Amino acid sequence: MISFQNVSKVYNGNSVALEDITFEIRPGEFACIVGKSGAGKSTVIRLLIGEAKPTRGRIHFGQYEVNKLKDYDLPLFRRHIGVIFQDFRLLPNKNSYENVAFALEVAGRPQKEIEDLTPQVLDMVGLSDKTFNFPHELSGGEKQRVAIARAMVHRPEVIIADEPTGNLDPFHTWEIINLLKKIHQLGTTILLATHDKEIINAIEKRVITLDHGRLIRDEEKGKYILV
Amino acid sequence: MFTVISRLVHYGLKDFWRHGWLSVTTVIIMTLALLVSIGLIIFNVVTKQTVASIQDKIDISVYFKNNAPEDEIFSIKKSLENLSEVKTVQYLSSDEALEIFKENHKNDPTITQALGELNENPLQASLNIKANHPEQYASIAQYLSSPNLNTFIDEVSYQENHVVIERLTAMINGLNQAGLFLTIVMALVAGLVAFNTVRLAIYSNREEIGVMRVVGASNSFVRGPFVLQGIFAGVLAAIASVLISAILIMIGFALPSLKFSLSLLGLTGTYQFFFSNIFVLFGYQMLFGTLIGGFSSFIAVRRYLKN
Ligand SMILES: Nc1ncnc2c1ncn2[C@@H]1O[C@H](COP(=O)(O)OP(=O)(O)O)[C@@H](O)[C@H]1O
Ligand SMILES: [Mg+2]
Repeated sequence: MISFQNVSKVYNGNSVALEDITFEIRPGEFACIVGKSGAGKSTVIRLLIGEAKPTRGRIHFGQYEVNKLKDYDLPLFRRHIGVIFQDFRLLPNKNSYENVAFALEVAGRPQKEIEDLTPQVLDMVGLSDKTFNFPHELSGGEKQRVAIARAMVHRPEVIIADEPTGNLDPFHTWEIINLLKKIHQLGTTILLATHDKEIINAIEKRVITLDHGRLIRDEEKGKYILV
Repeated sequence: MFTVISRLVHYGLKDFWRHGWLSVTTVIIMTLALLVSIGLIIFNVVTKQTVASIQDKIDISVYFKNNAPEDEIFSIKKSLENLSEVKTVQYLSSDEALEIFKENHKNDPTITQALGELNENPLQASLNIKANHPEQYASIAQYLSSPNLNTFIDEVSYQENHVVIERLTAMINGLNQAGLFLTIVMALVAGLVAFNTVRLAIYSNREEIGVMRVVGASNSFVRGPFVLQGIFAGVLAAIASVLISAILIMIGFALPSLKFSLSLLGLTGTYQFFFSNIFVLFGYQMLFGTLIGGFSSFIAVRRYLKN
């Protein structure tokens, strides 16, 4: 459902971030993209959600050829995806409920549906009691759970997470990882970028390893192996 | 469609409230810009009125020799009225002039007495001419100096007045031009300041805009609430600017010293003009405010709608 074919990305004409990357992710998979800081993980994700265009190569997502999408097409395309970032990226002027509901509102879903789904998903991430709190009133772990609720509320086919635990302590890290595993079990494809060795070794999923912009290893049930 | 619009309005108003100080400062700056604009409108209209009333006082008088027959004077009046430069010509016979003179000096016994001792009317018949524009007096004066008219005309007041008339003309033209220039400059400055304030407000929301895009919000969905907030700020600023100017004008005309300096500046008509046109002015302010607010937001958001 997701495929990278010989994708390269050069920033500003001289900074090579990705070189000739090829891989494919099947529906229902849980795949990790692993690599040291600067290896190119975020670049893979930015290319996948159309935030940047590849210098060479082709990127497919379902029936979309992402590298060919125009600015105008991006909003519709992105409603098939849920994205989670290291820095949460919640809307600061909206409370938890409104942040989650926003993902449904942009898709023009009816009010009734929004009023049903939003509390349901907030309950699933364990934040029913923080429904009307604003991001600045939440801890890091709570913010990330709101972000996950927002990423999943519109039932996307794929959830993409870029170092979602990078700003969290170990306890909250596992909370988030367990949530992602739970969402995966409910049938959503997950793409998780991380450089956290413990997470990779514990979850025993597919591992795609990047190093200096090159894909150096791609294993089912992989381990974190880096020099 | 209805859901979308009601969501936009709902969020526009809610965000405006939650942006707090940012919204307040935007409204304040826009209010100042609109105060400048309302001030300029008033200044322009009222100085035009003043200038027009000064212009109205400029004229040329032609004094006829005592032997000039009245029908000759009337034919000169006719020919003057046919000149395109001439607005009005008024005839004052020597008898009428005397009546007016007597009336003006009825409390002065020496003059009344002196007049009584004269057995002939010393005052001349005259034509009082007003031009359409101050700069046209020179050509009217030239027409009057033609030799065929000389037989009857004793004197044309332009010769003595023309320095004053020319100065006044130059001053009026200068005032009009300076007023126009000032208006354009100030309106541009006010518009730019308001525009930049809205842009700054949106700049501080650029990350939010990025987040909305990543979540799959379309351009219009992102833009809508911002444009609405701009328009809303414009509406509030329009209301505030009209209220503030009303209060300032009332204070200005209530204090004798201020009222005096306003009259020196030729702004006496302000009070009357403002309060009889308050709804029209409010309409203009609404138009400026919502246009500047909405348009600035529209332009400013566009920068952050890539990717
Ligand atoms: N916007 C950018 N402009 C220039 N270089 C960039 C930009 N983003 C990333 N890079 C470079 O591309 C490389 C890969 O970065 P990134 O994809 O963020 O890696 P990771 O997420 O694995 O830490 C790095 O060398 C980084 O400096
Ligand atoms: Mg990164």
